[in-house]
Amino acid sequence: MNASSDVGYHAQRHARWHYGEAVFWLAVLACGFVFPNRYLIMTDILRLALFAMSLDLILGYAGIVSLGHAAFFGVGAYAAGLLALHGIVNEPVLALIVAGLAAMVLGFATSFLVIRGVDLTRLMVTLGIALLLEALAERFSNITGGTDGLQGIEMQPILGEIPFDMFGKAGFFYSLAVLFVLFLLARRIVHSPFGLSLRAIKNNPLRAAAIGIPVNRRLIAIYTLAAFYAGIAGALFTQTTAIASLDVFAFDRSADLMLVLVIGGTGYLYGGLIGAVLFRLLQEVFSTITPQYWQFWIGLVLVVIVLVGRQRLHRWMLYVPNLIIKQVAGRKAVVAVPEGDS
Amino acid sequence: MTSILTNLFDGVAYGMLLFVLACGLAVTLGLMNFVNLAHGAFAMAGGYVCMVLVNRMGWPFFAALPLAFVSSAAIGIVLERALYRHLYARSHLDQVLFTIGLTFMSVAAVDYIQGSSRVFINLPAALQGQFDVFGVGIGRYRLMIIVICGLLTIGLQMVLAKTRFGSRLRAAVDDPRAASGLGINVPQVFAFTFAFGCGLAGLGGALSAEILGLDPYFPLKFMIYFLIVVTVGGSSSITGPFLASLLLGIGDVAGKYYVPKMGPFVIYTMMIVILIWRPNGLFGRTAAR
Amino acid sequence: MTIALETQNLEKQFGGLRVTRDLSLKIEQGARHALIGPNGAGKTTVINQLTGVLKPNSGRILLEGQDITDLPVHKRVLRGLSRTFQINQLYPDLTPLETIGLAVSERLGHGGDWWRRMGTRSDVNGEIADLLTRFHLLDVMNEETVTLPYGKQRLLEIAVAIAAKPRVLLLDEPAAGVPESERHDILAVVGSLPRDVTVLLIEHDMDLVFSFADRISVLVSGALLTEGPPEQVARDPQVKAVYLGEEAVNV
Repeated sequence: MNASSDVGYHAQRHARWHYGEAVFWLAVLACGFVFPNRYLIMTDILRLALFAMSLDLILGYAGIVSLGHAAFFGVGAYAAGLLALHGIVNEPVLALIVAGLAAMVLGFATSFLVIRGVDLTRLMVTLGIALLLEALAERFSNITGGTDGLQGIEMQPILGEIPFDMFGKAGFFYSLAVLFVLFLLARRIVHSPFGLSLRAIKNNPLRAAAIGIPVNRRLIAIYTLAAFYAGIAGALFTQTTAIASLDVFAFDRSADLMLVLVIGGTGYLYGGLIGAVLFRLLQEVFSTITPQYWQFWIGLVLVVIVLVGRQRLHRWMLYVPNLIIKQVAGRKAVVAVPEGDS
Repeated sequence: MTSILTNLFDGVAYGMLLFVLACGLAVTLGLMNFVNLAHGAFAMAGGYVCMVLVNRMGWPFFAALPLAFVSSAAIGIVLERALYRHLYARSHLDQVLFTIGLTFMSVAAVDYIQGSSRVFINLPAALQGQFDVFGVGIGRYRLMIIVICGLLTIGLQMVLAKTRFGSRLRAAVDDPRAASGLGINVPQVFAFTFAFGCGLAGLGGALSAEILGLDPYFPLKFMIYFLIVVTVGGSSSITGPFLASLLLGIGDVAGKYYVPKMGPFVIYTMMIVILIWRPNGLFGRTAAR
Repeated sequence: MTIALETQNLEKQFGGLRVTRDLSLKIEQGARHALIGPNGAGKTTVINQLTGVLKPNSGRILLEGQDITDLPVHKRVLRGLSRTFQINQLYPDLTPLETIGLAVSERLGHGGDWWRRMGTRSDVNGEIADLLTRFHLLDVMNEETVTLPYGKQRLLEIAVAIAAKPRVLLLDEPAAGVPESERHDILAVVGSLPRDVTVLLIEHDMDLVFSFADRISVLVSGALLTEGPPEQVARDPQVKAVYLGEEAVNV
């Protein structure tokens, strides 16, 4: 093998599919058949996973810390709700895309504010935008239904063929399909030169500019895309639950999202998916211990994660899966490598 | 005309309160470049301590205020020494996660101990009601807040400008590395200032129960306000945050009075516009380098 | 004789402090030009203005006759002005392969490509392989940069700048901090740069300057003290005074 093809081979090291990934997705699909009475909670996890994947794109890859990612989730949720309620776009898949685009427009418009300044300014601006939208939704309660939310949303069958059933089966497989398609897209993107340039920007913006990367343009692009993803997640929320209320914008939602991603690990796309499962399990466990005060334990988890160190934690967590994968694959195929965040 | 003056008065009181609540955060951000989203939790702690002392144990209000300060400062120094100091060198993301975690814990803990409803501190009769000055309604309680917070602000300014500690603190905020080169014990200066800032927040929390409302969600509800004060005001001096507090207080009161339907809309818009216009804050250098 | 890089009356102030004073430099095409000066002379500030990290208060910067004063950093790179940093500015989590791959992709205009995977373009791969080989990085191409020994990181720092195929290259103390044993590699690489690349070397090490440069500008307190061929500068009493003064302080 000459040096050039060697380089090509190694450059695609992470981009190639590993056995472990196929196993992961088959396992997720299998859940749809193994637990037919848990569709609602599983759908909830898929939505959260998509939402977390969206945050991963900006936080894990581009290093943008956001405290207001719920803004896009909320816009997607209300857009989907309004489209269905007023019969503007009846077909769910189409409505989903329209809702995602609505969030995307907001993402693009606000990206210019977010790329300016340092972490703190970004925190403030993202948080401010989410709060602003919440205030707006409250103010225009004639449109949004105020604190009661949108009432009486009725979803039409998916692609005109598959109706949403009361057990949530259709909703689950629908959400899974959407998640998988968007995952494929994200996976493609993060392994492209564009995706790599985001990691470069996160690592060292000064050097990134010094090799000719248009830093701002790249950040705007990924922020806009992440907004689209979050909007889709929000739209899925409305479509599968037939509710959209003010709390879609809530700070807690943005903060929980960070926890989801942090539990799962940032910068390798599966973090959001794994984190969503673990987060809901944790929530379940804590709610049974102290129904009202589970937030305390969530807070404790955050504190402990940070004190122990996120990277160390993920090394422990991925130790067993990686061991198995190595056994199965028989070579140094490491499926899950969260990137360091520093 | 008089309603304008009354609103202005209320706004000033509100703004000064915000300043006392938030100025500790300016130091945390300016000196250690540490994003402490849990700052409101210290304020809440002070507020609840004061409430328990006054309502349940019958302490006089003015005797309970210093204790609100002391207890929050004590919690502050314990947490700083035990936890915070390990995180100064970490990424902002870690700091954000950690302090959100602390905030959630404090919210749930206070909810568990004291219940989730809003609490009121029994005020002495002398502080209730209002009187008229040339037709302008002056609330006694708000007047007291202006007096106390005004004195505190002047005191702070004097300490910073005139004392040895003040000059050390200013040097440390200006350039921590150079300061430690000059033999200033930066971690010590910081620990002390952090505790003091928490104490002020605690005092502010006790004073604000009447005006802002005190319930377990206080740290989350007012987090953005504290952050606004610091980011808009900058952290190179206390004048910046002070002016930012006044601006925010007056703006918020006026916004709620004249365009009640727009609610908090005014404030958030103002903040975003200012941060776009001057990413480093209205008054001086950036808070986070 | 064509001028590759030129500054006209460059002026930069921090607060009240003038760190660049009315600086007019002309660097000829293909030159090996060195910019020297004692500590605090403002050499790095000049570099930062040339590359666009800092904006001058007044004055112009011309690259091959075209005004680039108002261009952002990345556009100057695409116009053929590239640099290395005095303190390594690398991507700790990325491998040398990825680091160089990015620089090559950006230059060839594939940087914004979000669909094709990294490593699927043979022209890019070929160039990466070439650079990795030239800079002795082939054996560590899959190691995270943060784990590399300092000498290798220094080589990578230069390789990244070269990957942009600059016509004008600014080297900011390329051998700074490199242990003696690895110094040779760096110097050999710097010495073997093709002659059509114009090099501006900012350096402290006088041996390196006098063995490498064919023209030297001396910067003192942000202003140009003198300029000329090495022999002339070495004899200049003013330069001697400046450097002797500094030597005395350093000792």
